[in-house]
Amino acid sequence: MSRDRRTPFNRVGEFLNQWSVPRQMRGADHRTDAARSRMSETLRPRLEDADRVGTSICPYCAVGCAQLVYARDGRAIHVEGDPRSPINEGTLCPKGSATIGWMNAPDRLSKVLHRAPYSDRWEEKPLDWAMDRIAHLTRQTRDETFVEALPGGETVNHTLGLASLGGATLDNEENYAIKKLFGGGLGMVWIENQARV
Amino acid sequence: MPSLGTSYGRGAATLAQWDLAKSDCVVIMGSNMAENHPIAFRFVMQAKAKGAAVVHADPRFTRTSALADIYAPVRAGSDIAFLGGIIRYLLENDAWFRDYALAYTNLSTIIRDDFQGPEDLDGVFSGFEPDMKAYFVDSWQYEGMAVPSPRSEHHPQTEMDFTACAGRMSEKPPHRDPTLRHPQCVYQIMRRHYARYTPEMVERVTGCRKETFLKICETLARNSGRERTSAFCYAVGWTHHSTGVQIIRAAAIIQALLGNVGRPGGGILALRGHSSIQGSTDIPTLYNMLPGYLAQPNVNKSHGSLDDYLKGETPPTGWWHNEPKYVISLLKAWYGDRATAANDYGFDWVPKIIGDHSQLPMTLAIRDNVIKGMFLLGQNPAIGGSNSRLVQRGLAELDWLVVRDFAETETAAFWYQGCPVRDGELAPSDIKTEVFLMPASIAGEKDGTFTNTHRLVQWHDKVVDGPGDSRSELWFIHHLAKRLKALYADSRDARDRPIQALNWPYPEVDARGEPDVEAVLKEINGYTCGDETPVGTFKDLKDDGSTACGCWIYSGVYPKEGHNQARSRKADGPGGPGTHLGWAFAWPANRRTLYNRASADLDGKPWSEEKTLVWWDADKESWQSPDAIDFEPSKAPGYQPDWNQKPEGMDALDGGSPFIMTADGKAALFVPSGLKDAPLPTHYEPIESPVLNPLYAQQSVPTAKRWNREDNPYHAPEDAQYPHILTTYRLTEHHSGGTPTRSVPSTAELQPEGFCEIPPELAARHGLRTGDWVVLETSRGAVETRALVTSRLRPFEIDGRAVFQIGMPWHFGWRGYATGDVANVLTSIVGDANTTMHENKALTCRLRPGRLSGGRR
Ligand code: SF4
Repeated sequence: MSRDRRTPFNRVGEFLNQWSVPRQMRGADHRTDAARSRMSETLRPRLEDADRVGTSICPYCAVGCAQLVYARDGRAIHVEGDPRSPINEGTLCPKGSATIGWMNAPDRLSKVLHRAPYSDRWEEKPLDWAMDRIAHLTRQTRDETFVEALPGGETVNHTLGLASLGGATLDNEENYAIKKLFGGGLGMVWIENQARV
Repeated sequence: MPSLGTSYGRGAATLAQWDLAKSDCVVIMGSNMAENHPIAFRFVMQAKAKGAAVVHADPRFTRTSALADIYAPVRAGSDIAFLGGIIRYLLENDAWFRDYALAYTNLSTIIRDDFQGPEDLDGVFSGFEPDMKAYFVDSWQYEGMAVPSPRSEHHPQTEMDFTACAGRMSEKPPHRDPTLRHPQCVYQIMRRHYARYTPEMVERVTGCRKETFLKICETLARNSGRERTSAFCYAVGWTHHSTGVQIIRAAAIIQALLGNVGRPGGGILALRGHSSIQGSTDIPTLYNMLPGYLAQPNVNKSHGSLDDYLKGETPPTGWWHNEPKYVISLLKAWYGDRATAANDYGFDWVPKIIGDHSQLPMTLAIRDNVIKGMFLLGQNPAIGGSNSRLVQRGLAELDWLVVRDFAETETAAFWYQGCPVRDGELAPSDIKTEVFLMPASIAGEKDGTFTNTHRLVQWHDKVVDGPGDSRSELWFIHHLAKRLKALYADSRDARDRPIQALNWPYPEVDARGEPDVEAVLKEINGYTCGDETPVGTFKDLKDDGSTACGCWIYSGVYPKEGHNQARSRKADGPGGPGTHLGWAFAWPANRRTLYNRASADLDGKPWSEEKTLVWWDADKESWQSPDAIDFEPSKAPGYQPDWNQKPEGMDALDGGSPFIMTADGKAALFVPSGLKDAPLPTHYEPIESPVLNPLYAQQSVPTAKRWNREDNPYHAPEDAQYPHILTTYRLTEHHSGGTPTRSVPSTAELQPEGFCEIPPELAARHGLRTGDWVVLETSRGAVETRALVTSRLRPFEIDGRAVFQIGMPWHFGWRGYATGDVANVLTSIVGDANTTMHENKALTCRLRPGRLSGGRR
């Protein structure tokens, strides 16, 4: 590493030259040249490195603010309000602005955790194993609890042994599939979500 | 939303959020809009900047109150007394919009002469069966005919043959008295009913000074009519009550009386909390409905066969007369080629309900070991469920539980961190439940549509993959379906036919096996069977099995192959009409303002130039509008049904009937059927109240769903042990069961710890200061939290007595970065008769300084 040969005097001069405030005090336009400093010279646009952008909708409340999600190397790097939206016109509230924090939350799960009956711990399991096991349990519980007709003879074709809760935060297509499989396919009637109003 | 559904025809917000900017007065009640829907609140502020009046009525002085022109403090649970007072004011001062209400509501319709109201019957309506705690609604019908409801429950409890009597709607128009003098016309019934809701009574019941109340009445009346329009905004502050549906009904009456529905800047905006909560009622993950507000087959109704079902559910008149097309198209979407006319299109495969299977009874069925296996898909009932201890204890009775979320929720952790474990009642080694916690993808990581609070269906793109094994719910359901179909493939059991017959054609589009979301959207939109061409609108659907459609009201969202309207992002520019028809898709048929035919008078002329939205063009013989028209496009304003022909469906509605989903085309001020608790909103005290009902001998709503049991006890009215009102609420930085904000660093930092708000006068009695620990207690449980002493909550003088309110945010829990005790430990399982919605906005509790001895709950 070469030694810095500048004298303290030189350095102060350099600093004053680069510092934007004296220039602004001399009356230069603070929105253009006079805002320049060594730091600002090295600043890069926040989204310069993004290799992808998609239009999204805020995952929090039902106002439905539109968002732009920017990503680099398969990871979201920035989420902002979509300026074209007639709802939010580019703005977001503290929750909507936290969307990137939700996507990249430190506590996010990335593996299936399984807790066996009577166990005192979680264990990581492969996704496929969990899907097989859940399918098996679903069938078993359905078969044990399915009722084709009430004692009076009325056809019901349902099971009261299985339940599903959730949906108000999910996509319409997901809710559709849930009701179709669980209701239309398995005969479940305990199907509910947060929207009981 | 049966309230808006029974009143206007559809259970949804009537206007777009941005339309609020055109209002002359915005009344916000049952909502802290500035805090909880801040971006939508911008439009209220835009209206205010143009001179509109903003009114806020709420138990707490909040950020919304701070920005309102008039703030009215009202005791939690007294909303109907307040709104009933407004109705009385409008009627007694002739301050309603006569031409509009006479033409477009059932104000002049004659009700049967054996109808009686709470005035005559000491707080209940005619038809009440005390043993059943339910109403027979025969006497609530129009004179000479039964009136089917536009909601999915067309089968009200009656002694008469309801379907046969409803058939008379095709024979003649309902008997009306335009002079409004007939003693049984709705106008006279309402005047009698609301006579006792005087300003003095409003003050006595709600605690709001009568001067403030009257100022609000005057402001609202002054800003409604031909030239001006007012809007109402509400949220769960209205719905979370044992009378929640009736509170909203009261607003629906006010808005129809004032002529504020279907017009620019007017209407009712339901502000909903979750990203797709409207969508999850339209395409319901709800027990009592099929997609598009069709009724789930019910063993207690005449639903034995498809024929019976359609007979019972299809009203003779109005748009719903098309119902068979929607039902059969849905069955075709579900069961494909296996659904044929010979097998009733698989109608028997659709499970029948036998009672109330909603979340509150579900909670008890889990605890009582009826339910063995459970899926939790993005919900956290240990925090959000009423009577949280009971919820958590119940989970230990399940054989297995699948939790799908993005982080570990309190519910997923119940077996080692829940109340029963921390209290020592159970140890993990006692709990048999097998638990799966599966990582879920969120928006940005999956394609799909959300439906926002004003019915706008908006697509979101997948930009990145969710971390690791995170998958969408669609992936989960799709792969579970494939596995189950394989497991059942060889069965010859009749009971396994539905899963074998289920049509499951979705292609997988990526290496993770995510299904093609647009394929599902296309099925929701509907297509013709055979060539699978998308239908352009629900008018293309048929009842002969030649079309399939997953949710008829969404038809048009994917009108052509490759055209995904939900993804369309063309907003109107400055100077454009401002309906933004090119921005996403609003159900139904891309209509932005519902019932917009009502923005024109009986002749089809706009009520005023300022408030023009829809008009009849006599030359073109059609309706014109910058919006999509919510009416038959070429039905002339002067059209009259030919009653000799026994007209059905839309033929039976005249050219002056904008509310096309109701059987008579009018907004229902008085609701003959579809509601279980009252045809007119009536003030009852919350189930738990520190005061006796000043209006009637009937204390609380007699039809409420109660489950009074050892682990779910209620407090008696005026219970001295629990003297204070407790109300729960949320904050900007909170969402849902709390996980999506308490586990996110920035929002957790903004709301780092739980607290409760206490009025200074009550704090002084206990020597409390801000930051002190307090214990709140009900007969269900106790919590400890920090006191925030604030005059935002003020004591009320109710019936001459000081009544204190305490407020507690309910989204805290023990996981994530921001923690606090669970407010729902205090609440009980009790529900509205219509929706089984809980009553967590008004209950009673007691307060003491200090901490819990056994640690946190
Ligand atoms: S940004 Fe805020 S107001 Fe907009 S949708 Fe998201 S949470 Fe709701």
